[in-house]
Amino acid sequence: MGRMKFIIGGLLILGAVVYLIVSSTQANAEYFMTVNELNAKGASVVGKNLRVSGAVVGNTIQYDPGTLTLTFEVAHVTGDNNEVEAQGGLAAVLQAAVADPNRARIKVVYVGPKPDLLKNEAQAIMTGQLGADGVFHADELLLKCPTKYQEAAPQQTSK
Amino acid sequence: MFAEIGYGILAITFVIALYSVGAAIYGDRKKSSAIVESARRAMLLTWPLISLSAGTLIYLLITNHFEVSFVYEVTSRSMPTYLKVTAWWGGQAGSLVFWSWLMSAFASLVTLRKWDRDREFLPWVIVITSITTAFFLGLVIFYANPFTRFWQSLDGKIVTSMFAPLNAIAFFPQDGRGLNPLLRHPGMIIHPPLLYLGFVSFVIPYAFAMAALITGRTDDRWIRLTRRWTLWAWLFLSLGLVVGGRWAYDVLGWGGYWGWDPVEIAAFMPWLTGTAFLHSVMIQEKRGLLKHWNMILIILTYALVLFGTFLTRSGVLSSVHAFAQSAIGPAFFVFIGATFITSIALVIYRWPELRSETEMKSMLSREALFLLNNLLFMSILVVSFWGVIFPLISELTTGQKITVGPPFYERATGPLFAGLMFLMGIAPLSAWGNSTIFTLGRALWKSAVAALLIAVFLFFTATKNILALVGFFLIAFVLLVTLVEFWRTARARQKTQNENFFAALLNLIGRNRRRHGGYIIHLSMMLMAIGILGIEVFQVQTQGTIAVGQSLSLSGYSIQFKSLASWDDTPKGVNYTRAVVDIYKDGTFLGQLAPRKDYYFDSQQNMTIPGVRSTLKDDVYVLLVDWQPASANGATFKVFVNPLVNWLWIGTIVFLFGILIAAWPEREADYALAHSKNKAYEPSSAD
Repeated sequence: MGRMKFIIGGLLILGAVVYLIVSSTQANAEYFMTVNELNAKGASVVGKNLRVSGAVVGNTIQYDPGTLTLTFEVAHVTGDNNEVEAQGGLAAVLQAAVADPNRARIKVVYVGPKPDLLKNEAQAIMTGQLGADGVFHADELLLKCPTKYQEAAPQQTSK
Repeated sequence: MFAEIGYGILAITFVIALYSVGAAIYGDRKKSSAIVESARRAMLLTWPLISLSAGTLIYLLITNHFEVSFVYEVTSRSMPTYLKVTAWWGGQAGSLVFWSWLMSAFASLVTLRKWDRDREFLPWVIVITSITTAFFLGLVIFYANPFTRFWQSLDGKIVTSMFAPLNAIAFFPQDGRGLNPLLRHPGMIIHPPLLYLGFVSFVIPYAFAMAALITGRTDDRWIRLTRRWTLWAWLFLSLGLVVGGRWAYDVLGWGGYWGWDPVEIAAFMPWLTGTAFLHSVMIQEKRGLLKHWNMILIILTYALVLFGTFLTRSGVLSSVHAFAQSAIGPAFFVFIGATFITSIALVIYRWPELRSETEMKSMLSREALFLLNNLLFMSILVVSFWGVIFPLISELTTGQKITVGPPFYERATGPLFAGLMFLMGIAPLSAWGNSTIFTLGRALWKSAVAALLIAVFLFFTATKNILALVGFFLIAFVLLVTLVEFWRTARARQKTQNENFFAALLNLIGRNRRRHGGYIIHLSMMLMAIGILGIEVFQVQTQGTIAVGQSLSLSGYSIQFKSLASWDDTPKGVNYTRAVVDIYKDGTFLGQLAPRKDYYFDSQQNMTIPGVRSTLKDDVYVLLVDWQPASANGATFKVFVNPLVNWLWIGTIVFLFGILIAAWPEREADYALAHSKNKAYEPSSAD
């Protein structure tokens, strides 16, 4: 009898935790995709929480300090780490993505302060929703400049 | 030359650590205390040797030896000397040396104690700690060597390697890249060492637990021996987490302190199991229950400590912390897997000996509530772990990478944290063995009613937010119960001992430091909860571009732009842009703030330093976002008002105080117990 009480109590807690995890996951899932995947899915993912990564195209960056509106385009970058390595590392992949005019791109709008790391060939990971107009409305921007963290060898000109 | 010496010493230390593992096992098998002593001495050699190697690394760092790749990566000429020293743990390779240095120091400390009655543990504690030291040294030697140098081959290519490749000459860069400016902050200088101190200290109770399983001495001796290590580990880990949060608040410029980043979670997970462990060992000591569970908890903690070090140092997950990427992943994975499986196998092997001595009867007894506390901590762990690995799981099962952000964690852990708070209120008043709803209700109803009245008062005066009201009700409940308990027992002592109230209170705490230290920690957690609730629920923000003389306003505050200046500090390699703003509240001038943006030339990176006016009621947090250099009269600011957040830091100080009380050696009690009870051992601990 005493044992039964504890087993039932334990199962109740377990059930509650499983419920919390499942419902919270469903409510807050963000689909991580590349620009190509986003273009392929198109209208079917409008309004869903998405996380998109791509290479920032420097000459498309526009910032209006009055309204704090930032717009720029990102070019498709593969999401597969092995592929990135095979193509000579993230820095090379980002550079190639921006240089290739045929690469799929998507326009991004973000309202807020212009991030310090937003520049040409930076990797952008954007959280937000795809609008019906095909523009990605980012709520959050995460930027990385791979040259800064990963390139081990110094520039040869430094001799 | 120095690089080779540093590397050579590490290689020798690696061999010595492996020798001490082998000798300890062999000595134990052969029952030869001379061989075990040799293992112990070999292990005692590791700390001075690693210190020597670390000394050469620090020498290279402070003397600008940029031909060494690690020095090139983490320092530059413009950095002050103290930062060059702390750059030791600013990169992956150096921080792994730091880890093994701490590990060898703690292992040495623990073997220096008198072992008379615990001889049989000694060889196995040496084995576990030395294996851990050897693992980290192995990582450094084979995968993440801080002593590799740059070489230039004939065709001009630059490679990094420990020893000169064929037909290559040494390459000397003029300057280094410099430590990431975000890391050049007092908080970031002490945050990693604090976390590492916490991580490494948890290895000691793990080592004793394994020794207990291997030797078959499965009573609670190993717990008593390592109680204080566990507390120190917990202290350092907790402080490390808070200091990291404070650093984020002061430096990262997003107005928060915790973002449920995978790397933050990586440090948080061992804290969760460690906290559960800290509570559940008490049940084993008092009631002889949960012995299997305690073993599993400390094994999990050890695995999570390794996992945490791995996540923070391998860059497997995309996160603001991922400054490093390297090949240490597979090695970590194999080591965590091997130690985890071996440990669990040992628990299963000793399963019958770890049976409980009594049975848990009442659902409301102290031990049952402790068990519930453990379940809640484990649930938070599962939620956190799920969030971290969910992208990997979803990618494997559906091919679609799905991530979850902070809202997931907040929603899923919120009710669990609330449950923990409720337990903090009722558990101290429940009795060991048996409690009923009536005894518990009688002890608690007054505090519960008072807390409810406070919540109702807040409903009419301050907020209609349900989440906040539930939170404040729980906080008030726990604070009241705990304070009333202090007051009640101190009053009782005041009467019987004829002391004044404060003397009675101090003596009361002194008599049972562990219990009262724990209660003070509970109080501190509630103060921290006030701060967390304040910023999570009531934070407001605004942003805008304004000219000199214009203002932004936010919840009664008015922020007026006064001036902006920009200048270079060439010796330091930084450009500063500093705005001055006046803060008014309802028309009254409160003071000036100076938010800044610093640009570091060597790493080409900006750092946004907020101007903060901090009071017990709220923080005004002003960021300088952007400015127009040509006209110099418009600047963009982002302003946060963070209510009550100061209580988070105040709570941390109270927490420190509580844990010092709990961990302070109880000389009197030891003496009294040893003389009053006929126990086979004394409840001292390992330090």
